[in-house]
Amino acid sequence: MFISQFQKFTRFLLAITLGSLVAACSGGERESDIAASEGILLFGNGSEPKGLDPHLVTGVPENHIISSLIEGLIAYHPTDDLVPAPGMAESWESNDDYTVWTFKLRDDAAWSNGDPVLASDFAYSWERILTPMLGSEYAPMLYVIKGAQAFHAGETEDFSTVGVNAIDDKTLEVTLAGPTPYFLNMLKHYSFFPVNPRAVEENGGMTDRQSGWSTLENYVGNGPFKLKSWVTNQVIEVERNPTYWDAENVKLNGIRFFPVENGATEETMFRSGRLHITSIVPPDKIPSLKESVPDQLMIEPYLGSYFYRVNVTRPPFDNVKVRQALAVSFDKELLVEKVTKGGQNAATGYVPNGIPGYATSTTVQYDPELGKKLLAEAGYADGVGFPKTEILINTSESHRKIAEAMQAMWKDNLGIDVGIYNQEWKVYLDSQSSLDYDLSRSGWIGDYVHASTFLEMFTTGNGNNDTGWSSAQYDALIAKAQLAGSEEERSQVLSEAEEILLAELPVIPIYWYTRVYMKDPQLKGWEPKVLDNRPYKHVYFEAN
Amino acid sequence: MLKFVAGRLLQGILVLLAIYAVTFFLVAATPGSPFSSERAIRPEILAQIEAFYGYDKPVFERFMTSLGNALNGEFGPSAVYANRTVTDIIAESFPVSLKLGALSLLVAMTLGIPAGIVAAVKRNTWLDYVPMSAAMVGICLPTFVMGPMLALVFGIILKMLPVAGWFGPEFWILPAATLGLVYAAYFARLTRGGMLEMLNQDWVRTARAKGVKETTIIWRHCLKGGLMPAVTFMGPALAGIISGSFVVETIFQVPGLGQWFVRGALNRDDFLILGLTVLFATLIVVMNLIVDIVQVALNPRLKYE
Repeated sequence: MFISQFQKFTRFLLAITLGSLVAACSGGERESDIAASEGILLFGNGSEPKGLDPHLVTGVPENHIISSLIEGLIAYHPTDDLVPAPGMAESWESNDDYTVWTFKLRDDAAWSNGDPVLASDFAYSWERILTPMLGSEYAPMLYVIKGAQAFHAGETEDFSTVGVNAIDDKTLEVTLAGPTPYFLNMLKHYSFFPVNPRAVEENGGMTDRQSGWSTLENYVGNGPFKLKSWVTNQVIEVERNPTYWDAENVKLNGIRFFPVENGATEETMFRSGRLHITSIVPPDKIPSLKESVPDQLMIEPYLGSYFYRVNVTRPPFDNVKVRQALAVSFDKELLVEKVTKGGQNAATGYVPNGIPGYATSTTVQYDPELGKKLLAEAGYADGVGFPKTEILINTSESHRKIAEAMQAMWKDNLGIDVGIYNQEWKVYLDSQSSLDYDLSRSGWIGDYVHASTFLEMFTTGNGNNDTGWSSAQYDALIAKAQLAGSEEERSQVLSEAEEILLAELPVIPIYWYTRVYMKDPQLKGWEPKVLDNRPYKHVYFEAN
Repeated sequence: MLKFVAGRLLQGILVLLAIYAVTFFLVAATPGSPFSSERAIRPEILAQIEAFYGYDKPVFERFMTSLGNALNGEFGPSAVYANRTVTDIIAESFPVSLKLGALSLLVAMTLGIPAGIVAAVKRNTWLDYVPMSAAMVGICLPTFVMGPMLALVFGIILKMLPVAGWFGPEFWILPAATLGLVYAAYFARLTRGGMLEMLNQDWVRTARAKGVKETTIIWRHCLKGGLMPAVTFMGPALAGIISGSFVVETIFQVPGLGQWFVRGALNRDDFLILGLTVLFATLIVVMNLIVDIVQVALNPRLKYE
């Protein structure tokens, strides 16, 4: 009696629930297959962009969207990060020492509002980002241009002192501060992207930080796509831009960028057919996904270095032998295999591998015996008397796991006790820049493919140094590299500088990044990129 | 009654002012700035940005300006998101939160209240044990377990419902169910308690002795009083659902207020934090006032005072 009554009741409940659910759902085909057949890419983009003005934003999700809407002088090459592809410039040349560059803009280059793209638009845009009033964080990227730093520092208000010259409508001449053969690569960064002067002037003017030109209604771009819709926290949709010079070779009809912050949600969306690309994969899931869907899990090199900053102003870390002991006394191979699991490379130097023409350092190797010896020389044989120190991490489960592994390996190999404490992101940034830490978890992603983007930050007084370390010899080498006559010489000098860094070790290299994400196998033309700059116009769908 | 409402509103305004001041100075005292980032910003650039948003002024002057603006209903621009004022953000996300909250409350009440009534009337039978055990599980099971479980079952295995987003009615079901189930559990337990108290009253015994039908006793005499605890809970529940749905919003990618609140705090987006705090505080003050009025209307033993 009891059972049957209960069964009737539950059946009734189930029938109601399921019935209403079935009625509510739209049925069959996967969203991702429908979108693929329409040529629309469903893109997991990490978070809501803070804006779409290339001169004011700094983040990766912003970059993903802006690079579909605006094209610089140089475009992304479909397969090779280092090869410049023609963009707004159809041709370019430089003088022999790479200090003066002349760009010939294509005649059919047009903005989405119908204006032609002119050389003066680039001059206007670069003046805008360098104007101190605008307060652009990425303006220092343009310091390669002669006079840019002085203009940006407010030493002069005359932009004609800056080495940017629109010779005629379609010819732009740029004079650099020093020989820079990799200037073309820097031009792919969005800080060098043009903005439409008419749109900017009509919406608040050149120096207005809250200028309305980059909203959905007013956006003007010159890229393969144009802005179609923007629903906050939901989706930003771009569609094919008919005024783009190479529109006939753009294969996709549109892209929808979904700002999904939660990795687990993103994975659920991917598995239920609502995304073609995710921005990340939660580290815990990597091993099982490697087993179940190896054709969908992507692991690619990514130009970034994960390391611990060491506060060299605090004992015992003011002693270089202590820093060296710590750097050689943990097993990086074990760490990347068992803890991070995303195919990362154990870092034997600071500058990540994969930069063409630059010799990857192999200086810092795992050697616990050497570590013991160095620590003993520093006066802490077997860790006896080693003061209590701590690793600062920003709050995150994955950083904590890595720190715990480091802690355990240092304890085993050196006999020292190191604590771990976490701070919320903004507090952590404050602590790091005010040198209020012992060891601080850090990471750095390159802005362009060159060792200088990693090494310049450790010069004396650089705002990103944050270790208290300073070396006149190092500073001299970095300065020398900036003036080097050839790329080989420059790489050679930068290598020497890196070796100084690795001998002094204000940073403890841990691993070099990879990018781990999921991709629908129908999506083609999506080649590995060390900077994650995607040439969307070469991407297309093909059923398997 | 008018006097009561006016008095309570005045109290509410004072509470809001106090909350505004406390929030402002706490935020101002928190380390970190909306403009700090992993890449160092040159001091001269930082100064430009700070001047643009008025951060170069002394803190008390900033407080007075900000309070003055707030009294005019203007909370200023977001310090982090370009071209958005705090008012824009609230205007976009509040309706979403309201819809999610109302749906969840509907789920919670339609499941919870009948279950509570049945459990009280059929005390110590399986109609009591089963729903009440389920309610206990519902209260204990956090939304970050329930949400992914529902997404797994209905989104991935059964392929019946979308797992994330807010693009149409079918997208509302899973988040509203996740949030609603937790509150349904509370409503069930509260209603059961309230009904039991009523059913144990002397006048219920008298009514039974006089031969009044059991259904009449339950529906006409006990229900009104029995629902009191649930009604009292409704105000805080709605305010809590609207403001505290951050987890559910994150799991299901719902563009509501909860995400902005957390993001505002993490970004140190001062104006946004202030705007949202005032909004939530207002919501709670108003909800509590409404609940008080409803309570007096339902319970003749209470008077406005």
